[in-house]
Amino acid sequence: MTKKSNDVWVFIEQRSGKGAEVSFELLSKGHKLAQNLAGKLKAILIGYQVRELAQSTFRYGADEVYLIDHPELQNYSTMSYSHIMNELVTKYKPRVVLFGATATGRDLAPRVASHTRSGLTADCTDLKIDSIQYLRQKYDQLLLQIRPAFGGNIIATIITPEAPIQMATVREGVMENIPLSTYSAGKITEIPYEPGSANQLLQILERYQEESKVNLKSASIIVAGGYGLGSKSNFRLIHELAHVLGGEVAGSRAAVDAGFIPHERQVGQTGVTVRPKLYIACGISGAIQHRAGMQEANKIVAINTDPDAPIFDICHYGIIGDATEVIPKFIEAYRHKLK
Amino acid sequence: MSINSIVLVKQVPDTANISGQVMKPDGTVNRAILPAIFNPEDKVALEIALQIKDQYGGKVTAITMGPPKASELLRECLYMGADEVFLISDRKFAGADTLATSYVLSEAIKKIGRYNLIFAGRQAIDGDTAQVGPQTAEKLNIPQVTYVEAILDISADNSAELSVKSSPQRIKVKHRIDGGYEILDAAMPLLLTIIKDAAIPRPFKARRVIAYKNARSLSELEKMVEENSLLYLDQLREEYINRNLYIQTLTMDDLPVDPERCGLAGSPTKVYKIDSVVLAGGEHMQIEPTKDGLNKLIDKLMEDRIFG
Repeated sequence: MTKKSNDVWVFIEQRSGKGAEVSFELLSKGHKLAQNLAGKLKAILIGYQVRELAQSTFRYGADEVYLIDHPELQNYSTMSYSHIMNELVTKYKPRVVLFGATATGRDLAPRVASHTRSGLTADCTDLKIDSIQYLRQKYDQLLLQIRPAFGGNIIATIITPEAPIQMATVREGVMENIPLSTYSAGKITEIPYEPGSANQLLQILERYQEESKVNLKSASIIVAGGYGLGSKSNFRLIHELAHVLGGEVAGSRAAVDAGFIPHERQVGQTGVTVRPKLYIACGISGAIQHRAGMQEANKIVAINTDPDAPIFDICHYGIIGDATEVIPKFIEAYRHKLK
Repeated sequence: MSINSIVLVKQVPDTANISGQVMKPDGTVNRAILPAIFNPEDKVALEIALQIKDQYGGKVTAITMGPPKASELLRECLYMGADEVFLISDRKFAGADTLATSYVLSEAIKKIGRYNLIFAGRQAIDGDTAQVGPQTAEKLNIPQVTYVEAILDISADNSAELSVKSSPQRIKVKHRIDGGYEILDAAMPLLLTIIKDAAIPRPFKARRVIAYKNARSLSELEKMVEENSLLYLDQLREEYINRNLYIQTLTMDDLPVDPERCGLAGSPTKVYKIDSVVLAGGEHMQIEPTKDGLNKLIDKLMEDRIFG
């Protein structure tokens, strides 16, 4: 009888050899989960000439890296990557496998879960190991997969009680990445790769990918506007305030849908999750989809005409008023104070 | 050259328009009062399949797995232009997670038969998982392209070494990747998941609404028989088939499926608990929208060591 594995795996997503931020966030989380399970944290890295990236995972707690390095694997491709993951998961049967909820992770994870008949929960916002009672049965050390559901109106905790392998995708920015101060370099296990004929089913003719120039996640001050601004021209005030304060501009989904601001600057459940020192929400009512992406901010200032707007329930400083009138006063007062 | 497409569609609660009444006091969702709608991206997927049919010929088949009520959705597919629709419905399929759903769908697709392309919306708005498409492709052992925003070209494949696949055609598609896009040349059969921006679904055709508004599924015919003792199910079904108004229904008995892999029993993921979203409800300091008020706010933020 084979011993049940308690290992936690993280699929390391790489773009041109550089690790995606979400992968390091998952390693940090996976490190804790593996400790709870008394298992090892393993990083799975597929790419070409990515040994350096493999080394960098140890700093985030990886005990071992399975490295699959081959010229044909330089860019993500559904057939080759899923084939490799299917084989590895089938062979080693880890207890937990985590993927970023990126376009790549959401393309790959379902194929692997389908092939190995594992449970898969999408877009988790938290992961925990706990022993629980479910339908009068006790389960030891299950992965609790916590995610918003039903358009974000409820929070569901999903479990995979019977399946041996529990899989989840996690959105970028939701977990914190915490490099370890002391760590030891682990083992890199290279796994040979033979390109299969299925690879020819999908051929890349053209590829355009750029590093996102928008970096909301590392901004310490964010000024965000909502539909309440009323128009794209009023949205200029958001840019102005952000500029004066040295912050970044963001928006709610409603503002993105109205065309006030591009999607890459959307904060919330279907956008980016941020935790700045200061978040100024202007004309944002604070639907939970939005709050999910910003409620961890250190200080929140809310400006809204509606005193009953839910944003006032989570803010630290509330201003009842029209953002288009308040912002110019804010800028003036700030310039006056700090000149 | 003609292209046969299968489109996976789903009827979903309209989660985008949730009002206060939808949330019960205990924080759970009152599904009964939410309107059921055509999952928006599935409708775009059907539109793309119809555009391909318009250009290259072939047949468009829409299939859905769901409760008897989901036949409403299939009538809408007929109104838009689908040639054939299937309802996959059985109590034993209920409670399926994405894995069990993709298993039943893949078996239904194998039964329905030959296809060149399978379309699905990128994700459904009730779960937002985006998993059923890729999971179905894996079970059918075919490639997939997710987040497709445009079909660029479909051509006969002349290269001999690639003709080992049963389908002779290749398709060129543009799809989104993280921070950019890719243009792929893909072999068929292929599954594609379609994003909202790919097309605007066509309106229903009046002629087709008149033609198909009386289309009925098996369970709907059963209900008619229950309510009218003069009707006999077999005769009624025969009549509907002859009038081309029968929505074909596949139950567990019609598919070579392992019951252990269907519905709740076949779903590895379970909902352990549901919490309502509790507002932090903390106290906040009220700031007046005046010059003095804003001066005070800036002082506070300096005390908080954010400014200065």
